[in-house]
Amino acid sequence: MGGDSRFLGIAYVSPYIIGLLVFTAFPFLASLYLSFTDYDLLSAPKWVGLDNYERLFTRDRTFDKSLWVTLLYVFMTVPLKLAFALLVAVVLNYKLKAIGFFRTAYYVPSILGGSIAIAVLWRYIFAEAGLVNMALTGLGMDPINWFGDPQNAMFTLVLLRCWQFGSAMVIFLAALQSVDKSLYEAASIDGANKWHVFRYITVPLITPVIFFNLIMQTVQAFQEFNGPYIITNGGPLKSTYLLPLYIYDKAFKSFDMGYASAIAWILFVIIMVLTVLAFWSSKKWVYYAGDKRS
Amino acid sequence: MERKLKRQERRSAIIRYAVLTVVGLIMLYPLFWMIGASFKTNSEIFSSPWFWPQEPTVQGYIDGWRTSTPYTFGHFFLNSLYIVIPKMVGVAISSVVVAYGFARFEFPGKKILFGILIATLLLPDVVTRIPQYLLFRELGWLDTYLPLFVPQWFAMEAFFVFMLIQFMRSVPRDMEEAARVDGANTLQVLWYVVVPMMRPAIISVCLFVFMWTMNDFLGPLIYISSVENYPISLALKLSIDATEAFAWNQILAMTVLALTPSLVVFFIAQKYFIEGISTGGVKG
Repeated sequence: MGGDSRFLGIAYVSPYIIGLLVFTAFPFLASLYLSFTDYDLLSAPKWVGLDNYERLFTRDRTFDKSLWVTLLYVFMTVPLKLAFALLVAVVLNYKLKAIGFFRTAYYVPSILGGSIAIAVLWRYIFAEAGLVNMALTGLGMDPINWFGDPQNAMFTLVLLRCWQFGSAMVIFLAALQSVDKSLYEAASIDGANKWHVFRYITVPLITPVIFFNLIMQTVQAFQEFNGPYIITNGGPLKSTYLLPLYIYDKAFKSFDMGYASAIAWILFVIIMVLTVLAFWSSKKWVYYAGDKRS
Repeated sequence: MERKLKRQERRSAIIRYAVLTVVGLIMLYPLFWMIGASFKTNSEIFSSPWFWPQEPTVQGYIDGWRTSTPYTFGHFFLNSLYIVIPKMVGVAISSVVVAYGFARFEFPGKKILFGILIATLLLPDVVTRIPQYLLFRELGWLDTYLPLFVPQWFAMEAFFVFMLIQFMRSVPRDMEEAARVDGANTLQVLWYVVVPMMRPAIISVCLFVFMWTMNDFLGPLIYISSVENYPISLALKLSIDATEAFAWNQILAMTVLALTPSLVVFFIAQKYFIEGISTGGVKG
């Protein structure tokens, strides 16, 4: 049945192979090609060599700004969100009666997370007369102009992401619960304190999951669109004009497809470089216990 | 000594519960506030951060439902369903079939293909978006729902394929082999043996697809241009543009409605979400 099984295997995965070619591989290469062209949808793409890239790096101030705020956003959001997710997972990992309740409560914001409705809600919570400012004045503080000040506007977006730590937390929690309890017992007999146990037993054992969450959250954060589009609309002064927004505007508002593809490729290369760096560094800090993790 | 330890333990348990509860309340308060505010009058929304409305009214819902377009909000809900249903069915069927191929058969190139599957988990959508748009434009699919679900019929959500493969790996093969010995072909084995065993995982896939599709904004924003075809997410965006700063209660009411399907589905089936996310490590 060997040959038969081979054929069947390919037959079963064939939808994926077709999809991969048509919807991933071809668009992937096409976007690289387009990034070297000038294409406005009306006439055929015109080859311009490295012009788009040159324009981006030497003449386009908006790109510089957008790249900078994107990096800022990612490097603030990802560590904060992961730290919070891990912290809450550790607390929830103790024997708790209402663990199901808390897990759900913390998970709800993530599940609704990227939705436009939540972005709309956020916009109203941080509005001038919104919930947050009402609470601040209620506490006797001055209201804050959340969307008028570049730093504050960025803060609301970062906060929105961190609020959605739930899915990272669920993954951490699953990992924590699969840690062999006898290791903790051994450590406590040896007189280790809680911090030592966490630092030298728990963390090393869950590094594969930390790594997984780190990569996934980074790739996602680089592609954030709904928040800045709905909540701040890229402003003020382009302080939340993340690259995906810029790409969207160039591609679907000004129909500058070649230029937009070039920006998309720069974004892609940044994500790739960081991912490769993470994988490379992971050899030093990610600990795989034999073949236990499958 | 032992007594002291016990007391300490109890104290730290209380602190833990207190912290968890406070943080949980802060987390959920925006949602409570939104629901409360949707039943307030416009002027009351601005006057108190407390979530409970003093004079509850459904006026926000009535006005919001009417929308500023010739269509009601119900029309947009239906539009969302026209996208969600074909997508959900397509993802479930194609992902199960492909995962079965990966998990149960050997074929040349399998390792490479699986490697590609994992790599596409990390591939940012942003690089393929523009050519995909051009492709669908060539096909004359703009302003239809086809671009929003046809790719998913080809198992293009690598997350779900990966999650199902993980799940199948942990399912013992005895029953499948027994069915084979009894003369069932692989398709019959898939349908009568594997699919029933995988039910929880398949349900979890469907639920995630439902949620993400209801929440999807960028896809419809790119492909759907006429208001008649707008799904909920675009309709909501339209409503904030149309009534900027004037009718908070309407907008919050429609926001609540837009979130309701997702919330209801989540609370009915939360165990599937949590299982799904912890086995497959789903994004989000």
